[in-house]
Amino acid sequence: MIYLTRKVEFSASHYYHNPALSPEENRRLFGKCNNPHGHGHNYVLEVTVAGEPDPATGMVIDLKELKQILEREVLAVFDHKFINHEVPQLNGRIPTTENIALTLWQLLEGKIPGARLHHLRLYETPDLFVDYYGGRARP
Amino acid sequence: MIYLTRRYSFSASHRLHNPQLAAELNQRIYGKCNSPYGHGHNYALEVTVAGEPQPATGMVVNLAELDSFVERTILERFDQAYLNDDRDAFASAAPTTENLCRAIYHLLQTGFCAAPVERVRLEETSWNAFEYAGEREGE
Repeated sequence: MIYLTRKVEFSASHYYHNPALSPEENRRLFGKCNNPHGHGHNYVLEVTVAGEPDPATGMVIDLKELKQILEREVLAVFDHKFINHEVPQLNGRIPTTENIALTLWQLLEGKIPGARLHHLRLYETPDLFVDYYGGRARP
Repeated sequence: MIYLTRRYSFSASHRLHNPQLAAELNQRIYGKCNSPYGHGHNYALEVTVAGEPQPATGMVVNLAELDSFVERTILERFDQAYLNDDRDAFASAAPTTENLCRAIYHLLQTGFCAAPVERVRLEETSWNAFEYAGEREGE
């Protein structure tokens, strides 16, 4: 099995707010991330797919095709968006890095022909990232 | 399961030396790392916690809690320190980055309660890094 990783970047803003809680409780839980005008990040997403190289091409997946899938499923949805207001795919979840990774998995799963989605790593900043294996434990 | 990783940095010095061995043997094993005056590194520490995002917050762990625990327990202890002087952490072992990585893992594992600590990764330089996730069966 070969694991192939492609990286994309998108810039987006968000804020953390749980409407079921009082403004004070939101402020206490989320601190400065609760500012309703939001704040932004340059997110970096690493998408790892698993598969065997096709004997005819030597490729697990055509990178051009993977790039197009990521442009359609990730960049068109998230790049230069205010996630709370413009990305309904979050489905009411608070747009933490954790929940964005879960949403990205849902958007990408089943969309990559010929290879299996194996792992997502989403950097919010160089010092903070999450890894997601579709709910499976880290290998 | 989501894995969230936070990166920290600290600077410390050490001398690789095992007092139970002869001077010549220390010199042979550790080479220039055995210099009696020690030498320093800018360490980069990655702490990974595992869990499901809590529905109310969307977070696996509140980063402010993780940051303050790591600051208090790890950075205040090891930043700008001469590691060989830390007799609790290195009572019977040279302060190699392997041993430091394992010591940090145990400090976090036993002290941090807000989320399970999954692994610790410690970069000594840009070219070498050590990772510890506890002892697993079969290892």
